[in-house]
Amino acid sequence: VLAGRLSTPTPTPHPLSSRAPGPKSSVVLKIIKHYQEEGQGSEVVQGVLLGLVVDDRLEITNCFPFPQHTEDDADFDEVQYQMEMMRSLRHVNIDHLHVGWYQSTYYGSFVSRALLDSQFSYQHAIEESVVLIYDPLKTAQGSLCLKAYRLTPKLMEICKEKDFSPEGLKKANIGYEHMFEEVPIVIKNSHLMNVLMWELEEKSTMADKHELLSLSSSNHLEKSLQLLMDRVDEMSQEIVKYNSYCRNLSKQQQQKHQYLQRRQQENAQRQSRGEPPLPEEDISKMFKPPPPPPRMDTLLIAGQINNYCQNVKEFTSQNLGKLFMAQALQHPSS
Amino acid sequence: VLCSLHGLPLPSSGYSFHDIANVQIYMYTPRLYLQTMVQEQILSWYYGVWTLRGSSGNIQIFSIHSFYSTFLLLKMAVHGPFVKIHPVVLASIADSYERRNEGASRVIGTLLGTIDKHSVEVTNCFSVPHNESEDEVAVDMEFAKNMYELHKKVSPSEVIIGWYATGYDITEHSVLIHEYYSREAQNPIHLTVDTALQSNRMNIRAYASAQMGVPGKTVGVMFTPLTVKYVYYDTERIGVDLLQRTRASPTRTNGLTSDLAQVASAAGRIQEMLNTVLSYIEDVLSGKVMADNSVGRFLMDLVNKVPKISVEDFESMLNSNINDLLMVTYLANLTQAQIALNEKLVVL
Repeated sequence: VLAGRLSTPTPTPHPLSSRAPGPKSSVVLKIIKHYQEEGQGSEVVQGVLLGLVVDDRLEITNCFPFPQHTEDDADFDEVQYQMEMMRSLRHVNIDHLHVGWYQSTYYGSFVSRALLDSQFSYQHAIEESVVLIYDPLKTAQGSLCLKAYRLTPKLMEICKEKDFSPEGLKKANIGYEHMFEEVPIVIKNSHLMNVLMWELEEKSTMADKHELLSLSSSNHLEKSLQLLMDRVDEMSQEIVKYNSYCRNLSKQQQQKHQYLQRRQQENAQRQSRGEPPLPEEDISKMFKPPPPPPRMDTLLIAGQINNYCQNVKEFTSQNLGKLFMAQALQHPSS
Repeated sequence: VLCSLHGLPLPSSGYSFHDIANVQIYMYTPRLYLQTMVQEQILSWYYGVWTLRGSSGNIQIFSIHSFYSTFLLLKMAVHGPFVKIHPVVLASIADSYERRNEGASRVIGTLLGTIDKHSVEVTNCFSVPHNESEDEVAVDMEFAKNMYELHKKVSPSEVIIGWYATGYDITEHSVLIHEYYSREAQNPIHLTVDTALQSNRMNIRAYASAQMGVPGKTVGVMFTPLTVKYVYYDTERIGVDLLQRTRASPTRTNGLTSDLAQVASAAGRIQEMLNTVLSYIEDVLSGKVMADNSVGRFLMDLVNKVPKISVEDFESMLNSNINDLLMVTYLANLTQAQIALNEKLVVL
């Protein structure tokens, strides 16, 4: 991708004035290339985004990839690699401000704990940072699939507190839809890049654009649905866990209640008989409440499921369009 | 001008030249700093002397020996005629040109890639700081080495295959820089990208170097041009397509399109292509254009590609597919509603 300045305009006014990232086309190209060369199968490739903040846009002007973690590179120091890269890039006048990171994804399954943690640490350090998710399989199907995400301020707060219990989440009133906010991306090219594009257009051959219009959809759909099913399974497990916790809690409450009542009855009896009342025992030690399960994973899974559903719906709508086109081809008179 | 060489009679035929139609030779000798650029020359055997006819007039070479050896070297051009470039590289070069230091007229950098038997594939590059003045040129070699090491950690299969420079001409400094790079790689490639847009185009050329001159006496280096081809991965092609759309908008911006719109635009493109074909057919039928058999064969293929299926079969296939898709959409919506409900229940 040729250098283009990807910039995103601010969507809606936000208390934290979220800025839209705008990557350059060279960034897009580099990300594509990195995945193509290094990432095969379902591994993720990652890298760092560099750029600067201009007005209310985040301009991403460069990026460099992270090497894969290999077994024989146990003492590989990521931080050192990053520092060296940035220092070298500074020599050639490339903006060396960290503004985010990018990651490739497999069928849209990127909502995970690791991503959350990384993005949180980035956003904590630099307010406007984003994570660019690049979906190579969807791109191969016909159009570039690059999305930028940031954590919502609510989620930032929760991560800061590290309070993942149900009460904490209830307080923040956060749903899985409010975890990530997507920021629209705009690609901007400088005039020089435009000239380059014209040159390339002349010299290169007509692209094979048939991928987008191919009717065979079952493979992709199958895989997506498979992943969706897995997630739903996990989700149901979490729900069962939570339900059993709730049940245990309520049972315990009942037991506590009964115990207290019995206690009172006994005390009343003893008093009537003139004996000293039994000492108040420490109720909380007897009935230790079960630990509430952390809700963060559930939230993540819900978010992931949501993402899958969105992808599947997009895919099916595209395919419906294609099917109708095929129909038109068969019945030219109708 | 030229070189005074020992004579050696050469037969007028029996040579096959490398790319005789479009040979541009830049000749330099380190002592004379002489630049002669010859375009589209035709080498001919004329009165026993090789004559080069070109834009700078006829140049007569009195000695043939060196040319003989030079052309031999040309034939043995180690990389073959092809240099495959990925657009990533060009984008990075343009980008680093835009960021150059004040006063620097051009930028140089290292090219990384892979060497094949017949061609070289350039897949990555990084710029190297350098200072250039009238008399001397200084390149930060430490930096180049460092960057190469870092890059190697990410993609260990890439090696240094040459260097690039922005600008149109090849200067004397290029020779020196090229020498440095020939220490790093065998037969380095030199790529020039004309960012100053001389001659109203951004010329992208690649060169390999060859020794020239009389061994022992004046020796020079000649840059021979190589054919440049653009190679894309599939996903790169799609990315480049997207970027090409920024040419149309006045602010040079472009957003990423949404799902159904993509199908619509792809359909639009096919419609355009069909229109072109149709107008060509009209022209042929009305006699304006000569009918071409090969095109006719392609048209036959095209028309036959639409499969002939009976109406009922097609209807049933279409319906079953539509049903599948609708069912999946329904299930997806159901799942989303389910998790939303779950959220609300937990909060209660």
